Amino acid sequence: MSLEEWQIVWFTAWVSTLSTVVILPFGLALAWALARYDWPGKSVVETLISLPLVMPPVATGLILLQLFGRRGTIGGFLHDKLNLDIIFTWKAVLLALAVMSLPLLVRSARVAFEGVNPRLEQIARTLGAGNWRVFFTITVPLAARGIVAGMILAFARALGEFGATIMIAGNIPGKTSTLSLAIFQNVQLGEDAHAFRLLGVSVVLAFAAVWTSELLLRKRKS
Amino acid sequence: MSLLLKSISLPLAPFTLEVNVELHGRVTAIFGPSGAGKTSLLDLIAGLCSATSAFIRLGDQVLMDTSKRLSVPASQRGIGYVPQDLALFPHLSVRQNLLYGRKFVHAANSPLDFERVIEVLEIQPLLTRGVTELSGGERQRVALARALISAPRLLLLDEPLASLDAPLKAKIIPYLTRIRDEFKIPTLCVTHDRFEALTLADEIVVLINGKVCQTGPVLEVFNRPANADVAKIVGVETLLPGVITGSNEGLASVKVGDVTLTALAPERPATDVFVCIRGEDVILQRDSGAPSSVRNRLSARVKAMRPEGALVRVELDAGFQLSALVTRPACTELDLREGESVVALIKAPAIHLLPR
Repeated sequence: MSLEEWQIVWFTAWVSTLSTVVILPFGLALAWALARYDWPGKSVVETLISLPLVMPPVATGLILLQLFGRRGTIGGFLHDKLNLDIIFTWKAVLLALAVMSLPLLVRSARVAFEGVNPRLEQIARTLGAGNWRVFFTITVPLAARGIVAGMILAFARALGEFGATIMIAGNIPGKTSTLSLAIFQNVQLGEDAHAFRLLGVSVVLAFAAVWTSELLLRKRKS
Repeated sequence: MSLLLKSISLPLAPFTLEVNVELHGRVTAIFGPSGAGKTSLLDLIAGLCSATSAFIRLGDQVLMDTSKRLSVPASQRGIGYVPQDLALFPHLSVRQNLLYGRKFVHAANSPLDFERVIEVLEIQPLLTRGVTELSGGERQRVALARALISAPRLLLLDEPLASLDAPLKAKIIPYLTRIRDEFKIPTLCVTHDRFEALTLADEIVVLINGKVCQTGPVLEVFNRPANADVAKIVGVETLLPGVITGSNEGLASVKVGDVTLTALAPERPATDVFVCIRGEDVILQRDSGAPSSVRNRLSARVKAMRPEGALVRVELDAGFQLSALVTRPACTELDLREGESVVALIKAPAIHLLPR
């Protein structure tokens, strides 16, 4: 494989991992809030989070472009106040992957949290553990399978993300080019050998992710 | 240590839990039929739910005062809670379960000796096991030990024996009495079983449909229910302290006041016992009559008679207060009247001895 191909593989794996890590605290907090509490606006938030799952990714990308572009509400603010540009940089790739994979993590983690008997958390509190301690020593370990499954799904979704990414990050070689984008481009250009090599790498990456998660879960169980 | 529960009001599905009591007992039984709000009361004391109004004081610390919007968080209350489903943490080993609360022990408490709790509850061989591999009785002991090791100032037990079958119950009860006598932690014990209440508690709160119907020493409440509702729940029986003076071939001689009764010897050897006799098991006759298999024949005097539906409850003075339940026709036939003498017959197996 060429240096350029390695660079694409490395960038994709790295940005997908980063995206999964970045959405983890938000995703768990959201899943927890949805699983355990009733609050005003809950159904609106539920729907908003799930929207990227059902909308065409390209449409989600367009919304993000409107929001984060230099003339967009958020993008304008970031540009003016923090001198930070998102669109057509690696940060745009991260943003696209995060938004597209968040619903998968939230859904999976929420179901897992709902499966944890609240009585166990209550009794942990009577034993003197504060809320954070209870969350990390009782809730998360008992929901671990669902959380890990959600992370794998999110990571896999990030690896394969195409539509939203191309809308807000473009396909800039050496900057924002990911595996999916590169495979598509190579096929378009008739560079099938390139495309197939990248395809092989995708398979290996996906395989490794699922394999690792199975190992982790088996270790937890024993 | 006293526990004050004042102006408590907590709406539950069919009724509102209303409690106003001050408890001083070593072990207080919260007694009542299922669905009376007993578990909700424990949850409230432990700080696991809120109430419309509540003032809770343990010793000199106010745990909850809704009028001041004050509620000490459950983690700060120092109250050990063994719920009915035990809530053992399934992802932790027995040892990890036991040590879970140890890390956060309430500053004001002297931590109980871990080794001592393990010894008293005989948990040593279970320590490395997973909690999912334990039997019912073992799980019960581990849950008790976990609560004790967190060095609580108050122990809440929700139906500690309800999920166990009779032989297991008999095994766990000694552990509970050992906890009571060894660790001396004030305890609230929810139960709907009169024998549990008798063996474990010295004070009782009768809770029916969310209302406290009677409080007081266990024997007093059981012997003198305040009203018909309480009587129905606790079941009226003759209940007396007695002393076993001797036993022979499975039969025990029990001295109650000046009278000696013959009963089946209790499973566990004991000298001080409660003598329980159900009213239905007392047979009345006019004269001592022909010899029969009945072991206990007592000359008695009728003190009072109260109709109860198709039956009549006859209060007798047989050297001790004895309550008999007979049918109305039997009453008429025997021509029972207050002040008259009768002979009360009680078969030995009908006298239940309960170690105290």
